[in-house]
Formats: sequence, structure tokens, C-alpha cells
Amino acid sequence: MAADSILSVTNLSKEYGHFKAVDGISFEIKPGEILGVLGPNGAGKTTTINMILGILTLTGGKIEIFNQGVGENRSEINKRLNFAAVYAHLPANLTVRQNLTVFGLLYEVKNLKTEIEVMLKEFDLEKFADSKSGLLSSGELSRLNLAKAIINKPDLLLLDEPTASLDPSIAELIREKIRIYAKRKGASVLWTSHNMKEIEAVCDRVLFLSHGKVLLTGDPRRLPAEYGKKDLEELFIAVAREPLSLEENQ
Amino acid sequence: MSVSRIYAIFLRQLFLFKSNPTRLFGAFIWMVLAIVQWGFISKYLGAFGQATFGFVTVILGAIILWEFMGRFEHGLMMAFLEDVWTQNFVNFFASPLKIYEYLVGLVLASLSTGLTGLIVMMLLAGLAFGYNIFKVGLLLVPYFLILLLFGIALGFFSSGLIFRLGPSAEWLGWPIPIVLSIFSGVFYPISTLPVGLQFIARALPPAYVFESMRGLLATGVVSSGLAANLFVGALLSAAYLLAAYFFFIKVYRHNLKTGGITRFGVESAY
Repeated sequence: MAADSILSVTNLSKEYGHFKAVDGISFEIKPGEILGVLGPNGAGKTTTINMILGILTLTGGKIEIFNQGVGENRSEINKRLNFAAVYAHLPANLTVRQNLTVFGLLYEVKNLKTEIEVMLKEFDLEKFADSKSGLLSSGELSRLNLAKAIINKPDLLLLDEPTASLDPSIAELIREKIRIYAKRKGASVLWTSHNMKEIEAVCDRVLFLSHGKVLLTGDPRRLPAEYGKKDLEELFIAVAREPLSLEENQ
Repeated sequence: MSVSRIYAIFLRQLFLFKSNPTRLFGAFIWMVLAIVQWGFISKYLGAFGQATFGFVTVILGAIILWEFMGRFEHGLMMAFLEDVWTQNFVNFFASPLKIYEYLVGLVLASLSTGLTGLIVMMLLAGLAFGYNIFKVGLLLVPYFLILLLFGIALGFFSSGLIFRLGPSAEWLGWPIPIVLSIFSGVFYPISTLPVGLQFIARALPPAYVFESMRGLLATGVVSSGLAANLFVGALLSAAYLLAAYFFFIKVYRHNLKTGGITRFGVESAY
């Protein structure tokens, strides 16, 4: 692992029987870097995130975060990272404040009451503080998920489609919050999305996954031209439909 | 081990009661009904055999202890099911939370409702039927400890079953206390059972508690083998607790391997 890497993934694989969900991928994230992980549904993005979080065991390879192996130090490592995903629900039967309290305690946040007030204000959730999370709209819920994801001031933030199903205005608001946080804290972010404009706007570097393999990597603003495509969206479609032709180009 | 993380799991359950007080009804109503129902049945039976046997004394004492254990198992399973129903495992286990901290948190949450229920049952039995469980004296302490450990073991086991087989396996967990009551000598001496079933009874910790308590309440004499019986009961409870804990951990590791944690709550995945 390079000394200046926050996250280092080496030859990572995950197999379910004969099916290879992730097939020997390697990549790193540097301090302060925002890495976009792209790929069609079933490419292995969420599987990779789950292995980084330690909620899915690896079949092969190695993951190091903050220079520690994930397997044996999960609890210590996870104190310094956090995540938000559309599929990871916060208990709908707890209020916004109760959810932030429970997760603040799980991450052993100091001065929790004060931190919760800061989060409520920062994410414009003050008026919903005592509402049950299940009653929130998609946009409000996304803001709550994000507040939970940064309550422990993580050095590494894993975001699995954080703006999925949001209207463009709220999506932009969420993007802005993440960008501000990452810049202020110097945090690294791993960001998956199917919104190519979002990736172009936010990410320093992207990684295209297809069938569990890293197909290509580079600057999202230059990559399309390198592969003779008009924009990132066209490149994404090519990756999804004809990944082998792109592999040959490499 | 982090006190903060254990407290988070405990608090999460407490918040559920706070935000929806009707849950309190579910936590205590069965205990109350059991005392009322068995209190009247015991009184009725007592009218026939009062000269030789104190039905109220023996049966109500047994009911209080048995309900405590059975409701503890259900309480622990319910606390686990709350996380199943809210599909909360990804957020919990992607945090620094360790699996044993999670289990300790669930135990503390069930303990708080179990102990409150116990107090309610004792008060009701005393006020409505003039029954005082403290007649048993200090022996109550080992009785409760044996049943508590076994109740935790059953809770871990039934939660482990759900974790392994999917949410619908809750139906395997609910009847466990009733099934075990047949073999545990709660309502009748285990000598009533056919010889083959008595072997099952002797493998169950509650049988040692209820046989001992029945003898004590019926005769008022502490039998010579009581200490040995309680020791065997305690040993068995500890063994079941360890076995159930490792069963849950094994299932957790299985789910880490298969992706079960990330998909948990999806019935069709199992």
C-alpha cells in the first residue's frame, strides 16, 4: 500500500459459487481525493463497498484502510469512516434526533448533543428533529442519511448513489454538502452514481467497473475523449453494452 | 468492548417504547393475563385439595418464574426482529459495532422489560391472590439466574434461527417456551412424564428449578440434594448460553460470507 493512500484495494475478489461478482480489482484513494466508481447494474460497485465496510467477506485479495487490514481491525477502522446508501435504511420508527443519537453513540462521537444540533442545522433538519424518519420525504431522508454519514467526521466517506431518486435541485444541494464537507475536512470520498454529469462535476478520478473488473480509470473530464466518445454518458453506455471492445482499446 | 455502543443498542429499543407506548401493552399483557388466569385456576383447584397441597403457592410461583424466562426469550427475539423489520443491519454492522456488543445491548433491553414485567407479576400475584414469592427466600436468586441465563440462550438461539433462515423463521421462535414447558416440570413433577421424556427434562435447566421449588413450597423443607440440583441447572444454563452464543456468531459469519447481512429482510433471498 502506498504510504499516502487512505484506501488501498489489491486484487480484490468476491465469488458466490461459480459467479464472480468482483474479479481481481485493484485501486487506491488518496487523501482528499473523490473517486467515482461507475458501472452498469451488477458491475460489482455495491459488493466492493460492502467489502470495504467489512459487512461482506472477501474471497481473495486485500483491503487496507488507514494502513490497517480490514479483516482484523474492522471496528477501529470503521470509527474513521462512514457511509450512506439508498438501500441502507435508518430505522423509520425512530425520530430524526433519535437516529442521530443512536448512530452518534455507535460511532462514539464526543459532545454528541452539540454535534446533533450542528447536524440538524447544517442539513436543514431542525423542524423535523422530532418527526419519525419514516415520515420524511426522499430529499429529507437523503439529508438525514448524509447527516448520519458525517456525524463522526469520517476521513473516508463511502457513498453509494447518494442522490438517486432525488430531484435535480435537492441532488445539487446534497452534492454541495458533500463537497463542502470533503474540502473542509480533507476527507476522501468513494462515490458511486449513475448520473454522469454529477460524476464529472464532483469526482477527481473515476473507475469504470464491468462484470466485476476494472475496465478503465482516469480523469472524468478527459476520459471520454481518450476513448473516442462524446461525453461520460456515451462512454458509460459503451462500457455497459460492449465492455470487451473497450478492454481491447487499453 | 464499548459502553457507548452497547448503550446505543439499548437506547434504540428504549426509544421504540418511548415513541410508541402501545408497545408497553404487548410487553406486559401476557404476563398479567397468565397471573390472572392461573391465579383463578389455582384457587379453584385449591378448593378441592387445599388440605394436602397449596395450589396457589406452587402454581403461581412457577408461573411467575416461567413467564419471566419465556418473556425474556420473546423480548430478546422481538428486539432483534425490530432490526429485521427496519432493515437496519447494514447501518449497524457497517459502524464500529461489534457483534457481541450488539447482543449485550439486546440482552440489556430485554432485561429492562423482563424485570419490569417481573415486578408487575409479583405485585399482581400479591394484591389479587395474596401470594408472596419471597417465601422461597434467598433461593429465588439462583432460580432467577438459572432461568435468566437459559432465557438469554433461547433468545440468542431463536434470533440466530431468524438470522439464518430469514424473517419468517420468527414462527419457530414464538412457540419455544410453550414446547419446553411440557418437559420442564413447570406445572407438574417430571416424574409425571413417560420415562423417555424424563431424559429430555433432565437436559433442561428449568426442570431443576421447578422440581426444587415445588419440593420446597410443598414441604417447606430444603432437600439435601438441592445444592447439587441447582449446580447442575446452572451448569446446563451456562452451557446452553455458550452454545447459543456461538450458534449466533456462526450464523453472523455465514451471513458475512454470503452477503446475507446486506440483503437481510428480503424474504425471497432465503
